Amino acid sequence: MANPSTFFGYRRENGRIGVRNHVVILPVDDISNAACEAVANNIKGTMALPHAYGRLQFGEDLDLHFRTMIGTGANPNVAACIVIGIEPGWTQKIVDGIAETGKPVAGFSIEQNGDIETIAMASRKAKEFVHQTSGQQREVCDLSEIWVSAKCGESDTTTGLASCPAVGNLYDKLIPSGIYGVFGETSEITGAEHLCAARAATPEVGEKFLRTFQAYQDEVIEPFKTSDLSDSQPTKGNIEGGLTTIEEKAMGNLEKIGKEVSYVDVLEPAEAPAAGPGLYFMDTSSAAAECVTLMAAAGYVVHVFPTGQGNIVGNPIIPVVKLTGNPRTVRTMSEHIDVDVSGVIRREMTISDAGDALIDMVVQTANGRLTAAEALGHIEFVMTKLYRSA
Amino acid sequence: MSIPHLLVHDKQDNVGVVVVEGLTAGTEMLCVVTEDNSDFQLVVNDDVPIGHKVALKDLSDGETAIKYGQDIGRFVGETATGHHVHTHNLKTKRW
Repeated sequence: MANPSTFFGYRRENGRIGVRNHVVILPVDDISNAACEAVANNIKGTMALPHAYGRLQFGEDLDLHFRTMIGTGANPNVAACIVIGIEPGWTQKIVDGIAETGKPVAGFSIEQNGDIETIAMASRKAKEFVHQTSGQQREVCDLSEIWVSAKCGESDTTTGLASCPAVGNLYDKLIPSGIYGVFGETSEITGAEHLCAARAATPEVGEKFLRTFQAYQDEVIEPFKTSDLSDSQPTKGNIEGGLTTIEEKAMGNLEKIGKEVSYVDVLEPAEAPAAGPGLYFMDTSSAAAECVTLMAAAGYVVHVFPTGQGNIVGNPIIPVVKLTGNPRTVRTMSEHIDVDVSGVIRREMTISDAGDALIDMVVQTANGRLTAAEALGHIEFVMTKLYRSA
Repeated sequence: MSIPHLLVHDKQDNVGVVVVEGLTAGTEMLCVVTEDNSDFQLVVNDDVPIGHKVALKDLSDGETAIKYGQDIGRFVGETATGHHVHTHNLKTKRW
């Protein structure tokens, strides 16, 4: 059966295609979470994205905060956005960033208004946005217009045998048609960094990757490491699943980029790709919710997530499609799995079959099918913080 | 082809991955190399859980573990053919 070549998506003002139609209530900072949650409670069809940060950050860490906030609101899966912050300056900066997409966006600040007045004003605007956007129709879009991010979690040895190669197969088949892809997890390339560098489109991009990788080793691992990274790399779940060393885990992880494609640039966390269609590497943590949040902020609209032992992560604005090659996980955690590729380890399914099954599920998801994580209410929105606040 | 007990990524590998549940010591395993679909038989000498590794040859202290045709760490102590390979006898060369 040939893979589908179109899907039904929402065409946005800036030409990008969304696969969800969210009205988001976005807090600039931790102390504005309560107002955002109150607005989302008042107005059905809206969603607040509470988070822990946004106060007294500075330098590169503050840049990342703004990039993540603006990128989240600008994501094509977001039809309209209300921004609420404690004061008007940073609130307006985020509103202005999101407004560049042309979508409806409005900002409210709490100082000199208080929560109750702010919630009233923001609720009226949120209701207006819901009416403005909830009747929007999906239209036929070429599959080449989709942006698909990838990150794996709670990996085991089946991840490297089946589910990560299935993602690689998806990229090998769809990247040449003009889609945008991305992989990351800087720490989980350790042991395979030479192989990853060799998959860059040019020697310059490969060197940029190695500089990013080395900076992580020097700035994060060296000053803070313990002998075994405190059971974090590999994790307890990885070890239960048979992964022994970071090198082994890295080899499986890198299967996600397939056999043929090369990556065209190296992105900062949450940075939108700007070198045209293709596969990108993003400098991210390997923690699932942080990584998916950063990729969503860069503009990706569907995430594919291979798991071995059963990571259950989701994201509030982009659907996270789970696939596993572990038959025990299929049996014991079926409600979390969208695509079962365990046939690969029984030699009943080829990697190409698994890739096709995943492409089919990505298209169904883009058309509106809720993923397991969406149906179960997984909306983990986790900002990455680079260092302590001032 | 029957369902394999053990998969090996690359012909150079000295470890393979158990891909069935409830594998018990003494089982003669059907082992398949995914690189070229070649197969061989090997008796497993431990009860090994699904996803865990088995030594494909006798491995000595300090020797490099090879999987995907790549270096994935070093063996600690002696590991005989058919035995379980995991955190007790294989360590990272990194952190």
